[in-house]
Amino acid sequence: MQFAPHTEEDVREMLAACGLSSLDDLYAHLPEAVLLDRDLDIPAGLSEMELVAEMRRLAGLNRSADDLVCFAGGGAYDHYVPSLVWALTGQSELYTSYTPYQPELSQGVLQALFEYQSMICELTGLEVSNASLYDGPTALVEAVHMARSATRRDRVLVSGALDRRYVKTLRTYGGGPGYRPEVMEADGALTAIPRVGDDVAAVIVQYPNFFGALDRAREVFRAARAAGARAIQVFDPLSLGILPSPAELGADIAVAEGQVLGNHLSYGGPYLGVIAARSQDIRRMPGRIVGETTDVEGQRGYVLTLQAREQHIRRERATSNICTNQTLMAIAATVYLAWLGPDGLRELGRQCLAKARYAAESLAALSGCELVWPEAEVFKEFAVRPGRDAEEVQSRLIGMGFLAGPVLQEEAALLVSVTERRTRDEIDRFVKAFEEAIS
Amino acid sequence: MRDGAPVRAQGAAVGQRGLLERSKAGRRAWSLPELDVPEVELPEVHRRSTEPGLPRVAEVDVIRHFTRLAQMNYGIDTGFYPLGSCSMKYNPKVAETVAALPGFQRLHPHQPEETIQGALELLWRLERALCELTGMARVTFQPPAGAGGELTGLLVMRAYHTKSSGGPRGKVIIPDSSHGTNPASVTAAGYRVVQVPSDSRGLVDLGQLERLVDEDVAGLMLTNPNTLGLFEVEIQGIAAALHRVGALLYYDGANLNAIMGRVRPGDMGFDIVHMNTHKTFATPHGGGGPGAGPVAVNARLERFLPAPVVAFDEDGGRYSWDHDRPDSIGHVHGFHGNFGVLVRAFAYVFGHGRDGLREVGERAVLNANYLASKVKGSYPLAFEGPPMHEFVSTAKPLRKHGVRAMDVAKRLIDLGFHPSTVYFPLVVEEAMMVEPTETETKETLDAFAEALLRVANEAAEDPNLLHEAPVTTPVRRLDEAKAARELKLRWSGQHGDGGGADAESVRTAADHPTI
Repeated sequence: MQFAPHTEEDVREMLAACGLSSLDDLYAHLPEAVLLDRDLDIPAGLSEMELVAEMRRLAGLNRSADDLVCFAGGGAYDHYVPSLVWALTGQSELYTSYTPYQPELSQGVLQALFEYQSMICELTGLEVSNASLYDGPTALVEAVHMARSATRRDRVLVSGALDRRYVKTLRTYGGGPGYRPEVMEADGALTAIPRVGDDVAAVIVQYPNFFGALDRAREVFRAARAAGARAIQVFDPLSLGILPSPAELGADIAVAEGQVLGNHLSYGGPYLGVIAARSQDIRRMPGRIVGETTDVEGQRGYVLTLQAREQHIRRERATSNICTNQTLMAIAATVYLAWLGPDGLRELGRQCLAKARYAAESLAALSGCELVWPEAEVFKEFAVRPGRDAEEVQSRLIGMGFLAGPVLQEEAALLVSVTERRTRDEIDRFVKAFEEAIS
Repeated sequence: MRDGAPVRAQGAAVGQRGLLERSKAGRRAWSLPELDVPEVELPEVHRRSTEPGLPRVAEVDVIRHFTRLAQMNYGIDTGFYPLGSCSMKYNPKVAETVAALPGFQRLHPHQPEETIQGALELLWRLERALCELTGMARVTFQPPAGAGGELTGLLVMRAYHTKSSGGPRGKVIIPDSSHGTNPASVTAAGYRVVQVPSDSRGLVDLGQLERLVDEDVAGLMLTNPNTLGLFEVEIQGIAAALHRVGALLYYDGANLNAIMGRVRPGDMGFDIVHMNTHKTFATPHGGGGPGAGPVAVNARLERFLPAPVVAFDEDGGRYSWDHDRPDSIGHVHGFHGNFGVLVRAFAYVFGHGRDGLREVGERAVLNANYLASKVKGSYPLAFEGPPMHEFVSTAKPLRKHGVRAMDVAKRLIDLGFHPSTVYFPLVVEEAMMVEPTETETKETLDAFAEALLRVANEAAEDPNLLHEAPVTTPVRRLDEAKAARELKLRWSGQHGDGGGADAESVRTAADHPTI
């Protein structure tokens, strides 16, 4: 493959115009000691047909959610992606553009992002959203950064029922500024109401939590806010047709993994970091924000705004280092939410809730198998203890065409997630396979 | 009209309606199967009390709306996009075809290793190729973009110093011409920024650097070619100055495109390298992302990389994730990075192969040199040195006509081109940073040069033409000060007490860099 369009004659003419005689001359001023004096040890190039064949071979070595019925969750979910989402998001003019630095040429991306921000505000009940971050866990890192800067405090408390990937990511990025997330006491599948000292910057609860349970977010957030800390919620955007919004629960800042909004599973990325906050924190928001304005003729238009927060202006004093974000995923989310509307969102939530409950009750009825927290109200996933090695059960299920997980080592359990996509028949067959896998 | 200029008027679509304005009670686009299991009631405390204000629209409304939005946008597929520092090259369609294979696109990130052998092989081979390209030992694929790569590299730097010299050290040096993400990442990694000035050639001032280097310096972040498009010819001296005090040299891969197959960061003395797949390896920029920012390090730093890394058991022919990394800095992404983007990068790297990649670099440098030679008479180069893959000119000579670089940019839009980056790097007055990339024809470059020269003449003869530009776009120049002052960030206009911006946030388009 080669996409540089130069003919030999072009190369000659262009070199001559520069007063050069060979391509080597372009590098003649470089110190000789650093020049590579051999070919790269990378295979020779391929034609498009050869490349496609090789990529098909590699893809064929994987088993995807197309040939395994997907009951896996833990932060990435097999929701249905309607046909129009990528037909529209994939349009060249959006797909092959970059950050809208020249707004007159970028009204498409800018308006789509403005609509994305609006929808995120509508979903969360909070006042401001940015134009996207990388993924859920890195969005939480940014939220904690906002909270620490707003409160000028250091400590960060996280729920014991927060997805462990979020905790690990927070711990890694905390290494720079020097904080360490402290895990709050758990009460079964839920977070115990903490004592929040006046040195706490942020209190983080996931709702629905890592175990799928509807946690005690209201009470924990009340305690956090009474102590002057920022209440941060990790939420599921697709739960918000039926579950209370972050604003209703009392969150100051809400972050989410936006993969569920029309984005493919894609082995963990590219996903979408969603963040929304109350207006008190607007100037601490990371990343791009789009605002509405007018042009010189008074026509409505959109621009990147509040750029004085950002790295290209504020440099070492920026609110974040983010530059390239996940705009395309945010556009996909906007198309998807436009397709769903408020009624589709409610119906989708209703189906996840009912199907997860049906699957949980069916699995709990198997002998030797139990729900880890039978009393918990869950949304679309739950933890099940299979009564034998969970990894082995997962592997046997794969053998029978079902994907479940992740495995929870500490709880000796398996997470099972049920989206609107799963039919009663698939759930029944899964339960049957499960019975066989644990026998 | 030339290639590319968005069409201003297409009937009633001018003054594009918002999605919400298309909403009508009773309309719907969604469809879901009937619920086939018993309904579940939640207790009141777990029920939403108000409906989110999403639009109710028909599928055809959604289609028309987003199709119209695409028509109001300009991408590489539309036309020339010489946005300096962003490597806006053609994004091969075959990369999209292969990334959409269900065996990649429909993989769940929690799948056990035995079901993802193809994905792991892909990452392993991509890692080997990137190590060869950069002269490094190992790669992490977790960082989701360039800035994420920078922060990851700096956290590796911190871990290294903490382990090897008992503390992380306090400062990181960056050149005054650097991209804004560099200083922002330095702060996020818990370091203080120390800036080294450029000398009269536009290169790192080696004398100044030597004075700044001490035992509290953790490292230096550098692009090479640098942000002015010039090769740091004293790179060996720079590396020696840093290594002498035990500090590390960080390669910001923003400009790697220029040197593929010719020079390797590792051979220049760099210890840590991040790459931007959306630049060098042509993965689509997506209107602002996603990217991917793999970070490569040399052998003495590999134990600090984020965990897990890919492992290959040659005897069993089996790939796995190696989680046993006690010195790892941890996790910098929720899962394994932007895998879907990496599939496209793999297609690009292996599709091109060793000769193709070298040619990419050569043609990118050729295009920049050719274009510079055609326009530097009217837009002088900021520095004398021979450009690599991009060049920085200045529109300063046009100032006497009351014309600024942004005016030139806006006029170029009317002539059918996406403008270059302007007002960056910050060290050049009226900067115009032009990166044509290798995928442009001589004819396109000629046409762009002709447009630039025409604009220079217009600046003298009819500067109003420039001040009023653009006039061919869906909207004309937008009031950025108003956007920041009146803050309308969502369609309801309810943004609480968000009004009243501080003085600094109402700087206008005329002031800030377009990068």
